[in-house]
Amino acid sequence: MGSKMAFQNNPPTASRLSQSLIAACLALGIVFAIFVAAKTTSGAMQFHAFIIITAFILGIVAIFNLGNRIADEEHVVSPSGVFYNNSIVKFGVIASAFWGVAGFLVGDVLAWQLAFPALNFDLPWTNFGRLRPLHTSAVIFAFGGNVLIATSFYVVQRTCKARLAGEIAPWFVFWGYQLFIILAATGYLLGVTQSKEYAEPEWYVDIWLTLVWVTYLFVFLGTLWRRKEPHIYVANWFYLAFIVTVAMLHLVNNATIPISFVEPKSYTIFAGVQDALIQWWYAHNAVGFFLTAGFLGIMYYFVPKRAERPIFSYRLSIVHFWSLIFLYIWAGPHHLHYTALPDWAQTLGMTFSVMLWMPSWGGMINGLMTLSGAWDKLRTDPVLKMLVVSVAFYGMSTFEGPLMSIKAVNGLSHYTDWTVGHVHSGALGWVAYVSFGALYCLTPWLWGRKGLYSLKLVNIHFWISTVGILLYICAMWVSGIMQGLMWRAYTELGFLEYSFVETVAAMQPYFIIRAIGGLLFILGSLVMVYNLWRTIRGDSAAEPTPENIDNAIAAQALGE
Amino acid sequence: MKLLDKHAIFEKNSIILVIGILITVAIGGLIEIVPLFYLENTIEKVSGMRPYTPLELAGRNIYVREGCYNCHSQMIRATRDEVERYGHYSLAAESMYDHPFQWGSKRNGPDLARVGNKYSDEWHREHLIKPSSVVPETIMPGYPFLAETELKYSLIDQDLKVNQMIGVPYTDDQIKFAVADLEAQLDEDSDDYDAFMERYPSAQVRDFDGNRSEVTELDALIAYLQMLGTLVDFTIYNELENNR
Repeated sequence: MGSKMAFQNNPPTASRLSQSLIAACLALGIVFAIFVAAKTTSGAMQFHAFIIITAFILGIVAIFNLGNRIADEEHVVSPSGVFYNNSIVKFGVIASAFWGVAGFLVGDVLAWQLAFPALNFDLPWTNFGRLRPLHTSAVIFAFGGNVLIATSFYVVQRTCKARLAGEIAPWFVFWGYQLFIILAATGYLLGVTQSKEYAEPEWYVDIWLTLVWVTYLFVFLGTLWRRKEPHIYVANWFYLAFIVTVAMLHLVNNATIPISFVEPKSYTIFAGVQDALIQWWYAHNAVGFFLTAGFLGIMYYFVPKRAERPIFSYRLSIVHFWSLIFLYIWAGPHHLHYTALPDWAQTLGMTFSVMLWMPSWGGMINGLMTLSGAWDKLRTDPVLKMLVVSVAFYGMSTFEGPLMSIKAVNGLSHYTDWTVGHVHSGALGWVAYVSFGALYCLTPWLWGRKGLYSLKLVNIHFWISTVGILLYICAMWVSGIMQGLMWRAYTELGFLEYSFVETVAAMQPYFIIRAIGGLLFILGSLVMVYNLWRTIRGDSAAEPTPENIDNAIAAQALGE
Repeated sequence: MKLLDKHAIFEKNSIILVIGILITVAIGGLIEIVPLFYLENTIEKVSGMRPYTPLELAGRNIYVREGCYNCHSQMIRATRDEVERYGHYSLAAESMYDHPFQWGSKRNGPDLARVGNKYSDEWHREHLIKPSSVVPETIMPGYPFLAETELKYSLIDQDLKVNQMIGVPYTDDQIKFAVADLEAQLDEDSDDYDAFMERYPSAQVRDFDGNRSEVTELDALIAYLQMLGTLVDFTIYNELENNR
């Protein structure tokens, strides 16, 4: 205990030994990458080898540089006597905002391509098929992943009252993760893909991500081990479930054998029906654990913090947590209704998906009811409004999901835009909004500002993007249900009424509405970036603060 | 609430919490996925399935590379309208050599599970190079570069070998002659024709891209598209026997 306390009260340092060891590993990696670059027949692999060499050289420089920077001004001791690692969270906030805008942009390009196919330009690297994984990975893994890493590093330190474990390891997690994103993204454009949705990166990128992820797990656990609180706070359960389960999913779904150690191409060891179920077990739980459990961790810290109220129910969090992670895993087969997957598996998947409604709404209730006694803050605090609306969207899409998992409904909705709309009500309404809320909270906290540059701009962001989301979801409901019905429409004589391409042509107006909705969402995110940037600079828009508004209203009521 | 008091053990010990999480999240997957590997009726008994020829496999890899699965499914569901639109519903047996599967999840374009032999090679050429030239309302991008890009296949035997390692019944001969077989499938008059046909019965042999002077990516992709869904002999398929 004594040594622990002493550690916490001294400025942190990185040991020479660990610096040298990690630098040596990176140097070995450089040698291997040079070998691959020389041997491979693939231009894409060669390009990736050069990226890795550059990144590792920068890494070695940074490792030794870090030793000199570690005890300087960045590390101010907190009032509770802890040297929190804030700089890594700052990097995470900036990376999240950057990848968010990038990912939304690619998504909107895709939306316009569907409305006007000439925008594909018929080039390999601009066609829809290669850009679509770029969009999904950018928003899920680059934006969502960075938000999760940044917030989890922040939350675990504050709730444990301990500095983040390791000095080099957290930076390895952060920069290693950015390298993963760059390798994945450039790979898609160059045609390097496994074709497994949301797990498209090829084997060598998967191995790299595994290294980063295991380090992430140990940084997180290591920080828990340093905690001064006897209990692990509920947000950390969710972060831990997210990290552990994503590791499991990633390892199983990406089990492949490359055709050579110097070629990017590999073959998944599973085939056909087994591969299909493993893929959707993975993909549905990428939703369940990456996009839900992790972001529930955010909800459980930032909503009570911002509302200045304790979590509504501790018991409900326990029931919510265990039932959610238990039930989610079963839901994958609902992506394969009426396919060649055996019926028993389809029925099982549907049953658990319907049951999943309950813990999902348990979580929503726990989040929303945390505002008991603080609902008036929604009037004055647009950041809290964003957080609360995100939880409401979570409730809506976790109702729609079980509905769509019912076989009869899925028979209509599957393969159509309804699914795309459903995903985006969750991704934009829930994941992005709770992330924006967290970024709006973190920026002034980390940079030591009194508040955001402008709450008015937060409100503008909120309304522009809410209109965007509604346009998006409604357009996809109409086009999805319409196309599903057209596919199964019969004439009086018993023939199929529409050719496939007639159903495609009918969707163009909705594609345009969706693309406009997406554009509004991007505009909103740019307003956020501007606001965060001005906050970091230390500016203030000189608006009446919420307290001032309250005083003004009170003064009016008193007739002064 | 005595039961909930016991929860403190998870809250006070991170390793017990991790173990608890791992057990909880493993159960569903184990129960749903593992039986698919040993229940014999998971994959139907059919006749006619064979591994892809080297040219078809190369074409399939282009299909994967270009992300065709993002807009085209290869899974005809067992519903009246799908069967009438696309043909017999897809069987698990039809993708049992697919590493990875290409069932897809979204139909911006039609299902392709049985597109084989539905259109001429020439139609596919026109369509892939400029889709709107044959389907005016289409929203599909054009792939003119496929016709201009030479197919890289010097390592195709490696591809077959890895497939053999993970359970696709390629013979050692098929691996040994992979490069020759790839070229033989593009030329009905080649000396290797008979040996190729013996190794891959029912394979279609011709020049697919209308350009005999070189082996292009378009050759491979059309060869793949033209065999999709054509292997299983449905005249002798016993639906009742394979009822699951």
